Amino acid sequence: MNVIHLPGSLEERTFDQLVQALAGRGEGRALFDARRVHWVDPYGMLALLAVGEVAGRGGERPLLQLPESAEVTSYLARMGFFEHAAELFELHGPRRRAGEGGHSDVLLEITPVRSHADVHAVVDRVNERAQAILTRQLDYPSREAFQFSVILSEVCQNIVEHSGAHGWVATQTYNWARRLGRKVVVIAVMDLGVGFRGSLSGEHAARYGDRWSDAVALEAAFIHGLTRFRDPGRGQGLQQIRKLVGRWGGKVSIRSGTARIAQVPDWDDAPPMEERLAPFPGAQICIVLPARAEGAA
Amino acid sequence: MRELPADAGRPMGPPRVVPYRFDLSALVRRSVASLYSHLVTRPTGQALRYGIERQIADLGAPCLSVLDFSEVVVLDYSCADETVAKLIQRYRREDRPADAYLIARGVGERHRDMIEAVLARHGLALVAEVDGVGFTLLGELPALEREVWAAVERLAMASAADVATLVDAPEDALAAALDSLASHRVVLRRDEPVPVYCSLTSLLMAG
Repeated sequence: MNVIHLPGSLEERTFDQLVQALAGRGEGRALFDARRVHWVDPYGMLALLAVGEVAGRGGERPLLQLPESAEVTSYLARMGFFEHAAELFELHGPRRRAGEGGHSDVLLEITPVRSHADVHAVVDRVNERAQAILTRQLDYPSREAFQFSVILSEVCQNIVEHSGAHGWVATQTYNWARRLGRKVVVIAVMDLGVGFRGSLSGEHAARYGDRWSDAVALEAAFIHGLTRFRDPGRGQGLQQIRKLVGRWGGKVSIRSGTARIAQVPDWDDAPPMEERLAPFPGAQICIVLPARAEGAA
Repeated sequence: MRELPADAGRPMGPPRVVPYRFDLSALVRRSVASLYSHLVTRPTGQALRYGIERQIADLGAPCLSVLDFSEVVVLDYSCADETVAKLIQRYRREDRPADAYLIARGVGERHRDMIEAVLARHGLALVAEVDGVGFTLLGELPALEREVWAAVERLAMASAADVATLVDAPEDALAAALDSLASHRVVLRRDEPVPVYCSLTSLLMAG
């Protein structure tokens, strides 16, 4: 049995530890030990599903020992984690039902994205709730709050149009009192498809020659709006998301293959580009939108 | 811009075009299989565009198509690209399937960023009635062309000489600006002995 101990905090900042542990595991069935997990956000949940699916490819379903913290399992239940996890893991430990633990404050539960119809379903489900949260809790003007649904729509379409696989999306509001002193909305979107490099290779790799890599592919898509399509109207989604999130003082990062690119606000210390990370299939996107600071226009 | 002279504008009436309004929110329900309440995703935009193109073709006459966004809640970039940008491109081409002009109404702040982004991406322009602004020209056109467009709006129908009464620029520059606006199909050009240009909003009101 290969035991992989999960970090206490499951989020974007600890994802690489998880991927590293997965890459370094030996032969045989994997056991993900989440007993000490005391904090998890939408990115961490989707990450756990993603590593579970990768670990189970071509072999036995991995085991997942669930967190001991009732607060965490209650939150996992509210986000619909268990129904997705049950397809990928053999689950052990205390599970809660969604109804336990009080009123749900979830913005968007873990939602599979397999088709354009799923993208419509996401926007239908989240638009009104997002409007209310962004305008009342995060002080966004109404016209900007509408763009939250646009962001969700575009990142989810990325999965359908470019990954060649299914994916998941989830989003939640938090009070980052210590980290930022403000509320934030975290959007996580992940797939296990061909990744940015795989999607762009056929059309663009030759032009870059030996320089072609995950990092170059990410930069080409994120900064320059390149896609595998020749239609110049394509590729606007990510670029516009970058602009919007930048305007709102938020953070957006995309990990794909062995690299991660990020647009980093002044409140975060992540590097704008990381390379030579442990390889992981598909693309993992994290968007953090902070509440408007007082006096913001 | 200068003040409008008392005798400005052309004495003859505007050309005949058929104004035709597309309620995009209602049309998307007819054009795609499911009942979508938001204009998101490329396939939705494509279905919408095909529906509009079909209806324009059925009219069989020069037409001014009104894209009505007033009931649209969410419009994303992909759908805007397919519905707005590609529709404009289609009727700008020499081999356009019909003599159609497009005008947008009911454009709110929640739509404007998306529409302007796709117009800029393709170098297009669109006359739009924007909430709280009125009729305006969206897209990244040079300042002189914007000024000339505003002059044609005021005059309803004008030659380069007419526009020169309002815009301080050489007449050949004004003529070039008018031709560029006509090629963007944000004014309608009539080849009389001297070319005259009609504002789309005046055609809309006349219809």
